[in-house]
Amino acid sequence: MSEPTSKDPVIVVVQLSGGNDYMNTVVPHSNSLYRDYRPSVNISESDVIELTSDIGFHPAMAPLADMYKEGNVAVIHGVGYENSPRSHFRSMDIWHTCEPETLGTEGWLGRAIKQIDPNKENVVTAVSMGPSLYRALVAPDVPVATVENLDNYGLLTDISPEQKRDRVLDRYKKMYSPMIGSGPVMEFLGQTGLDAMKGADILNVAPSMYSSTVEYADTSIAKKLKGIAQIHLANLGTRIFYCDLGSFDTHADQLSTHNKLWSSASTAIRDFFDDLEQHDAADNVTMFLFSEFGRRVYDNGAGTDHGAGGVCLAIGKNVKGGEYGQYPSMKEGDLDQGDLVPDLDFRSVYTTLAEDWMRLDPVPIVGGNFEKPKFMATSN
Amino acid sequence: MVSTTTNTEISLMAHLMRRAGFGASRNELEERRGKGYEETVEELLNPSNQTPVDIYEFLRYYPMWWKPGTMGGLGQAPWVWTMINTEAPLQEKLCIFYHNIFATGVAKVDHYDEIQDMIDMFREKGLGHYKDILLEVAKSPAMIYWLDNNENHADSINENWGRELLELFTMGVGNYTEEDVQECSRAFTGWTLEHKLPRFHMGRWDWEFKFVEDDHDYGQKEFLGHKGNFDGEEVIDIILSKPATAAFIARHLYNFFVEDEPQVPAWSVVPPNNPGAVEFLAKELMDSDYHMETVLRKLFNSDFFKEAQFSRVKNPTEVVVSTLRLVGDSSLPGPDILDWTGQIVYMGQDLLNPPSVEGWHSGIEWINSGTLMKRTNFMSEMISDYSRPGVKSIIDQVSRSASKPEEVVNACLDVMGPLEIAEKTHSELLEHVSSQGDFDWQSSGVTRTLELLQLIVATREYQFA
Repeated sequence: MSEPTSKDPVIVVVQLSGGNDYMNTVVPHSNSLYRDYRPSVNISESDVIELTSDIGFHPAMAPLADMYKEGNVAVIHGVGYENSPRSHFRSMDIWHTCEPETLGTEGWLGRAIKQIDPNKENVVTAVSMGPSLYRALVAPDVPVATVENLDNYGLLTDISPEQKRDRVLDRYKKMYSPMIGSGPVMEFLGQTGLDAMKGADILNVAPSMYSSTVEYADTSIAKKLKGIAQIHLANLGTRIFYCDLGSFDTHADQLSTHNKLWSSASTAIRDFFDDLEQHDAADNVTMFLFSEFGRRVYDNGAGTDHGAGGVCLAIGKNVKGGEYGQYPSMKEGDLDQGDLVPDLDFRSVYTTLAEDWMRLDPVPIVGGNFEKPKFMATSN
Repeated sequence: MVSTTTNTEISLMAHLMRRAGFGASRNELEERRGKGYEETVEELLNPSNQTPVDIYEFLRYYPMWWKPGTMGGLGQAPWVWTMINTEAPLQEKLCIFYHNIFATGVAKVDHYDEIQDMIDMFREKGLGHYKDILLEVAKSPAMIYWLDNNENHADSINENWGRELLELFTMGVGNYTEEDVQECSRAFTGWTLEHKLPRFHMGRWDWEFKFVEDDHDYGQKEFLGHKGNFDGEEVIDIILSKPATAAFIARHLYNFFVEDEPQVPAWSVVPPNNPGAVEFLAKELMDSDYHMETVLRKLFNSDFFKEAQFSRVKNPTEVVVSTLRLVGDSSLPGPDILDWTGQIVYMGQDLLNPPSVEGWHSGIEWINSGTLMKRTNFMSEMISDYSRPGVKSIIDQVSRSASKPEEVVNACLDVMGPLEIAEKTHSELLEHVSSQGDFDWQSSGVTRTLELLQLIVATREYQFA
């Protein structure tokens, strides 16, 4: 592995958990069918932030609309896969593993980490912000630092004095070193323990090095993105960040819930990029937003049920802003069980991110050859 | 593996108490050995013989937990406190078991009281018939709101509850069609909750189940091959008559009480680790009309259960509650209870607020660098607190019989379990204490043993139950 430079490409994945409603995120405001299908759960014409004569953002997405107008947001239409199961868990698994037919256990980003750092030279090549590790990041023998709170991150921090703690940690390290024939679970535990130790030593420096005039909001997504900014700015060689926001599962009370979610997301994303910009550290960061599926075309009076085709967003200075793909047809006969039919496979989008942005071989990562939407400046 | 005891009776009792409860001190294990294994199983299956936890004791310290009117964010502590203090631990274990299946979260419900009511129901009915539990869950306002059955109307169905009832609560993917989901949803139209009153100054009022006749679809339904004007209860009867349901519940029981299985979404694709055991449990479920007490009796007395020692990764609740029961002095509901509740959350299990209706992924998925750190740090801090009676008792027992390094290591492993650890781990522990020679119980012996206990709870092996 070459010495990481501050300009290696970095990806920040924001997972919109629960099934984000495509039609009220990127509103097809000029299509009269939209209002026919959505008598109760719609964004009024006057509230839509118009981006083009055909589409506009949800009103809570004003900061993202500004970034769109600056050419830094790609709207990727109609993303999904065939035969959507409309189940959160199955669908999220498919997005995480790139295995729509069988049950996968390895995550696409796990495989990406393996390419970036095959010899595990940096245990913080990938950082997952949150209480649990996302399956997208899971691959055998791939360490991922799972950080819930960057300010208190370390092993056996209660033991003092330091000399005693060092002695215990030294023993811990030996107890967790590889044990031949102990089985995969014991091996996993051993590796995880060692990675935890090493990761903590590295990440502990990030908050103390950080200073910024950007004040993030007191929301969960803002806290996660601030943590990501701190680690990125500490220049520790982290290339993949992952976090989530939810729940977008708006079967009921959609208008208010969806508004709150996008409001917190948009503000936090703007603050995050402002923060990086302030430190001259924004030009190698691309953010990617996805959800496991879009929601049903017809509303149910108070919300929307599980659907199929959805929308992805890519954000950053290296993104070629604009629209990619087509808004799926909303004509009655073109719907599949009442849902928008995705015409862009999600693995195509991953391929662009892996190859054009992260400069990796996308085929093993996404499990095949897929045509790329060219939404990165480096796409050709 | 190094096993520190030749006493299989004690090991087996420790295994039973780890799985059907939250572990037990060595003194309790000895006492239970006197009674016998099967007798202990019976005691666990008959919680009404135990003195129940006095929740008013808790409420005297935390009156704001009084229902109705819970303040937001105070939800799990009374339950955690109950788990720490109960004399009927299987009851609480079953609450976790059902909460993980019927995973309902405050993130959406925004009303801790209602989810706590579900837990109370699990405590009361958990050893009864699964059908009764399903019916209660179907009528639980928390569940109705969580899965939007209040939006499931005769003239426009909302499939959320109907689908999860089949996918996650009874049959599993692959045993029903999309039409079945819709027909199932039709049968539950009109099952809603009484209008929510607005929050009053200290929280929310109770919600109630309500059946709205006018909003129920009384028409004919075709469900899983049966035709009729079914309502929700009849649909549940049809579901329970299917062997796929028994097999699915059996696998849940096996996964929770016996041995870690792959995650639930994999079950339609990956066969069980021990198909014979799951078939056995499924048959017992069918034969007993899903009587959980009957099935659990068979489970705990089975060979496959007894042979499955240390084959499950402890879930965070088990880590925290069993540690607190072991170290003792946790019965006063002091301010610590808030931190302990938080610890379970930090380890990845936010009780009453599961990540999704699928519940928590278990087994090895509890472990990542962050959660392993939290587990280790919590257990290490508690087990080295000599002011706690349980810790003092461990040290007393060890010091009575051991002074050479190897004797002390083995005695600690015995009293803490008995634990089975890898030879390499054993030799590391031994090396750690050997350099300072024999233990002098008049001076540094206690401190050295506390450090040893910290290392033992930090081992990989200690993550297993």
